[in-house]
Amino acid sequence: MIAATRAERTWSVVILLVFAAATVLPILGIVLLSLQPEQAQLSGFAWPDRLDFGNYARAFEVAHFGSYLKSSLVVSIAVAAGTVVVSTLAGYAFGTMRFAGENFLFYLLLTGLVIPFEAVIVPLYVELQAARLTNSYASVILPLVGVNAAFGTFWMRAYFRAVPRELMEAASLDGARSLRILWKVLLPGARPALLTLVVLAFMWSWNEFLLPLVMLSREDLRTAPLGLAFFAGRYTTDRVGMAAAAVMVALPVVALFVATHRRFVHGMWAGALKQ
Amino acid sequence: MRRGSGRALPYLYVLPAFLFFVPFVLVPFAHTVGLSFYDWDGLTRAAFAGFDNYREALGSALVRSAFTHALVLILFFGVLPVVLALPLAAMSARESAPAGNALRTLIFLPQAISTVVVGVSWGWILALDGPLNTGLRALGLDRAAIDWLGSFAWALPSLGMVGAWTLLGLCVALFFAGLQQIPESLYDAAAVDGAGRWRTFRAVTLPGLKGPVAVALTVTVVSALRAFDLVFVTTRGGPGTETVVPGILIYRRAFEDARLGSAAAIAVILAVVVFAATWVINRIADRKPS
Repeated sequence: MIAATRAERTWSVVILLVFAAATVLPILGIVLLSLQPEQAQLSGFAWPDRLDFGNYARAFEVAHFGSYLKSSLVVSIAVAAGTVVVSTLAGYAFGTMRFAGENFLFYLLLTGLVIPFEAVIVPLYVELQAARLTNSYASVILPLVGVNAAFGTFWMRAYFRAVPRELMEAASLDGARSLRILWKVLLPGARPALLTLVVLAFMWSWNEFLLPLVMLSREDLRTAPLGLAFFAGRYTTDRVGMAAAAVMVALPVVALFVATHRRFVHGMWAGALKQ
Repeated sequence: MRRGSGRALPYLYVLPAFLFFVPFVLVPFAHTVGLSFYDWDGLTRAAFAGFDNYREALGSALVRSAFTHALVLILFFGVLPVVLALPLAAMSARESAPAGNALRTLIFLPQAISTVVVGVSWGWILALDGPLNTGLRALGLDRAAIDWLGSFAWALPSLGMVGAWTLLGLCVALFFAGLQQIPESLYDAAAVDGAGRWRTFRAVTLPGLKGPVAVALTVTVVSALRAFDLVFVTTRGGPGTETVVPGILIYRRAFEDARLGSAAAIAVILAVVVFAATWVINRIADRKPS
């Protein structure tokens, strides 16, 4: 790259810091708001006199966020697990085996990447209601695994295709031996790819809104974002309570992202650019 | 060992994925297309309506404005972050690895936060007595302090800025990864040719980032077209109909007005627009330089 002058370097640091601050300030503002005393009406950023975790306790108990977080945890873990299993199996076949209809089936599955969920939700609701499945975790878990299977299979196929051929001649193997090769030979090396998929599937299901909004009308089944939307709509004056709830809803995924971001970001962009 | 098992094997491996994908995504999508040709309230018998739902949708000022709003959001969700992220990624690449990584992780953070959380948080920041207006008043700009999400002129651009805030980090991270793939020798060659900064950017950097730019535009444009969560938790389409987007109309018609056929027709139009946008972006990116 062309060497930059000193003034340019200074400017670029200033600009980067401005954007970092613009990103962090709103988040910091909400966190600070959540630590204010219960009746505080804040109109700006302010350090609280003392840290007050009372809003968290209130949101957890009184506003049922304990129950909402549990729902989100159940749904997200189930979706992440389901996504990884079905995507690994399908990606293994598409990535290493040759079979009739391979391309057709693969591209059929890929349509899941571009079908907007808004174009699925109406009949899905009608059908799940007829099957008496609405108001159950299954009504959120099953469709999310279905959508994620498209991206997951695409993702794992790219990984399996990059594995050296000599490692397996799976196409000529019978069922038991090909499964063993997948388990013993391929999966240990696939850990970064799997981790990225798990984090993404967990994050997407945790943050999904439209599906639980339509499927879950029972209060005790609500997921965390759904609970927050209803809370914010009803208690418009309890801003500190809302802030505490918002932090609780965001925290698990942010923590997961921060904990894994190094390997995650690396695996993700390496994968995205390989495609 | 049975000899026949090898043939069926690949199909057994792909079967579980299809057991989730077909009944919960593909079949409902096909039903949406079918339903869009019917008039149905969800309870009584559906009546075949031909293209009536489409005719109504395309003729309706509300539906047209919903898609116009989606186009405006594309400028904020897609174009703005991509344009800002190109220099930001290049600048962050010049910093030391730890500093650059820390900055990129920070700017990426909003991507991990649920849109509902983003919506209620910005709802407070942009409120009449919120921190943004407090800041403006402190600067003596009292007249600039308004109810941003309640304003007919500013509600949609405000939502757009919130979207840009969430998507900027994704674009920076993508472009940074792309910059690492551009061979240093291309920059050396440009320097030997005496190319200036702008020419080097146009001749080396931009073509090298074509793939990442296409990925970034696809993700951001699709999220602009599908902006439902953010609108639902902040303005619900208001004030008036200033921030109505296609997702809001689909939800209202299906689950509030019991006009399932009409909702399905809008959903099909939205799907077609999403397909077309994805196709055009990737078509342009695949084009060989002449």
